[in-house]
Amino acid sequence: MSDVTVLTPPAGGGVAAEHGHGGGDHETATGLNSRKMLMWAFLGSDCIFFGSLIATYLVYRGKSIVGPYPHEVYDIPYTSVSSFVLLMSSLTMVLTLAALRRGDLIRFRIWIVATALLGLVFLGGQAYEFTSFYNEGLWFQTNLFGSSFFTLTGFHGTHVFIGVIWLLSLFISSINGKLNHADSLTVEIAGLYWHFVDVVWIVIFTLVYLLEVT
Amino acid sequence: MATVVDVHAPPATYRVPGWWSWLTTVDHKRIGILYGTTAFIFFLIGGLEALLIRIQLFVPNNTFLSAQAYNEMFTMHGTTMIFLVVMPMSAAFFNFMVPLLIGARDVAFPRLNAFSYWTFLSGGVLLHLSFLSGGAPEVGWFGYAPLTSPQYTPGHSTDFWMLSLQVLGVASLAAAFNFLVTIINLRAPGMTMMRMPVFAWMTLVTSFLMVLAFPAITVGLILVMFDRYMHANFFNVAQGGDPILWQHLFWVFGHPEVYILILPAMGIVSEVLPTFSRKPLFGYPVVVFSGIAIGVMSFGVWAHHMFSTGMGPVADAVFAINTMLIAVPTGVKIFNWIATMWGGSLNLKTAMLFAIGFIAMFIIGGLSGVMHSSPPADLQQTDTYFIVAHFHYVLFGGAIMGLTAGAYYWFPKITGRFLSEKLGKWHFWLTLIAFNLTFFPMHFTGLLGMPRRTYTYGDYLNLTLLNQLSTIGALLLGLSVLLFAWNILWSLKYGEPAGDNPWDGATLEWAIPSPPPPYNFAVVPTVHSSLPLWDQKYGMPEHAQSHRLGDELLGTSPASELGLPEAGPAVAQRRRLEIHMPRPSIFPPLTGFGLGLMAAGLIYSPIISVVGLLWLFMGIYGWCYEPAAGEPAVVEL
Repeated sequence: MSDVTVLTPPAGGGVAAEHGHGGGDHETATGLNSRKMLMWAFLGSDCIFFGSLIATYLVYRGKSIVGPYPHEVYDIPYTSVSSFVLLMSSLTMVLTLAALRRGDLIRFRIWIVATALLGLVFLGGQAYEFTSFYNEGLWFQTNLFGSSFFTLTGFHGTHVFIGVIWLLSLFISSINGKLNHADSLTVEIAGLYWHFVDVVWIVIFTLVYLLEVT
Repeated sequence: MATVVDVHAPPATYRVPGWWSWLTTVDHKRIGILYGTTAFIFFLIGGLEALLIRIQLFVPNNTFLSAQAYNEMFTMHGTTMIFLVVMPMSAAFFNFMVPLLIGARDVAFPRLNAFSYWTFLSGGVLLHLSFLSGGAPEVGWFGYAPLTSPQYTPGHSTDFWMLSLQVLGVASLAAAFNFLVTIINLRAPGMTMMRMPVFAWMTLVTSFLMVLAFPAITVGLILVMFDRYMHANFFNVAQGGDPILWQHLFWVFGHPEVYILILPAMGIVSEVLPTFSRKPLFGYPVVVFSGIAIGVMSFGVWAHHMFSTGMGPVADAVFAINTMLIAVPTGVKIFNWIATMWGGSLNLKTAMLFAIGFIAMFIIGGLSGVMHSSPPADLQQTDTYFIVAHFHYVLFGGAIMGLTAGAYYWFPKITGRFLSEKLGKWHFWLTLIAFNLTFFPMHFTGLLGMPRRTYTYGDYLNLTLLNQLSTIGALLLGLSVLLFAWNILWSLKYGEPAGDNPWDGATLEWAIPSPPPPYNFAVVPTVHSSLPLWDQKYGMPEHAQSHRLGDELLGTSPASELGLPEAGPAVAQRRRLEIHMPRPSIFPPLTGFGLGLMAAGLIYSPIISVVGLLWLFMGIYGWCYEPAAGEPAVVEL
């Protein structure tokens, strides 16, 4: 169901994309779905967003005048576990989409809730980490490390949080019967976002945390 | 279109009268008109601010404006003209023209398009609320750190600047995503990329620039915001913060932004010149590729704004060379435009005069730009009126003149009436003379050493006469803008009816009625060349053969036949079409206003922010669960 469609068409084209269903799109000039392209464009933009935040963090790395310094507060094994949890949510996201494409709504609901829960566990881990940093005397205004660390990881956490709301909304839609296997594209696009946020975390974990171990 | 299209029983959605229908519209043409009208009002406000600046500088040691009021004026003038005038005026043409140029019925995401406009309006209104709430921003449109830190600008003026720019950034990004997808995906059958009108191409390049440039300033502004609201240390030198980081983040956005402002005007001029030279654009693929080259290179020149910060010889050399190189594709375009006119049968209508004015003024601005690509020269010129002269030649002589050419060219398509040619000629000559009178002397005031952003000057500096010439020119330039406004108002009512294709243009928008029906094309055209209407009317001449060659080189299929479906004296059989157009929606303005309220609440009261946030969520949820398609329009051919 497209916004603009010729019902007795002499030719295709001129087809707007909101609420387009199905995977392949024969009605667009490229055959690519417009909503999916929109998500890719957004992710391209988001790359620059996180790139700028990460660059800011790296520019200020080692420039703090007062402590606490990164190696004093980081708990690498702990963050490794929560990183693993987030990466596993990418696996369950793949299973979510696969289940929906098979038309297996029950497993779709199980996996999408599992994905959202894994995301929530990661967020809980981040909340705990922030609290423990705070208790060790590191907060936003403490030093450059605090400012750039909390800004970068906080915006990543916000992305995860938005993803959790998105996944749970899709789950509720499927309970209400508004989402079925014909809407796999809708879930695929949410998945693109989710995987992107995971990939960003791999970069953050490497550049922000692991770099301090060496 | 050759045939008469009568629309039977227009759907209920189009019968909604008055302001409500404008608030809820998702029609790209109406949104284009909203963008254009709003931008013109901001143009008058920004122009008034410029006149106040010029009056202050009319005599040495003037006390017409205080130093602070002067700072507010140049900050608001710059911010307004860039974000609230040139960008949305370009967006007005993106909106109205791009779907018509590529043979589409609307943009890919009509509601997202409406959201862009209402968010833009929220941002613009928020910026101007500062006048009523304790003073306008006074940190310059570039807001250099640490001037934006709480200890240097303690009131709310900087908050207004930073928060409204964030809101405007969201609007620009949403529009950029939309036009990127629209141009790639919604082209009519046969409209290959290398058959697209240059304006559509430049819109695409501009969209890419916005997608990739805006996040940098978003991050920069977030850092400023956290410094101001949460006492973070990003630009706090006492804690080791580095103000130069702001300059990098700002200019890595700011220089692509310059091309975001000029590429649409270049696209418009590339449409106007062929039509009024009665010749196809000279070297179409070269014009397109040089536009792409400018877009790519624009990300590698930002630090030429920062030579005076002492980046060291390597960085200086790299950015100087890149800056000199970016002049090459720009120069290529200028030669192509001149070659388009060369040997053509020129029809000097007002649109054409403005297009030629664009080329001439842009050459002057471009040459002075290359002058300060050299760091030693730049160190003499930076922060003087020489720079002010340079970028006004590019942004007024370039962007505004190009957009004005577009207004005269497409006004008949948008309204069905011509703009008055008589008033138009007056408008053009007054603009050209007044513009040069204002800005040409500034080259000399600058080289004589008059600094920018300084509210007055001593009478012993021999700068008075040059400044007075500039001020007189500025007042005349203001008059020319009023003349333009009068021309628009007069022509809307009394303008000569234009018909479908008043200029005998070659591109698809001229194939449909003026003003176009809500669905644009009753029958979506199939395109066989880059100049479909000329080929239909005059047969396919040699130039089209060369375009075919170009298509073959690019691996796209060569044209096989001529003409549009509507071609010929009459379509023999009558067909009944049902055209599904998107349903009007209240959720885009709700979401846009919610965003504006959230930002405003950070200044006025957190309660407003919470309300804005709830409003935003309500808008997004309503949007997601609202069916997009409306009742079909029934068209009989």
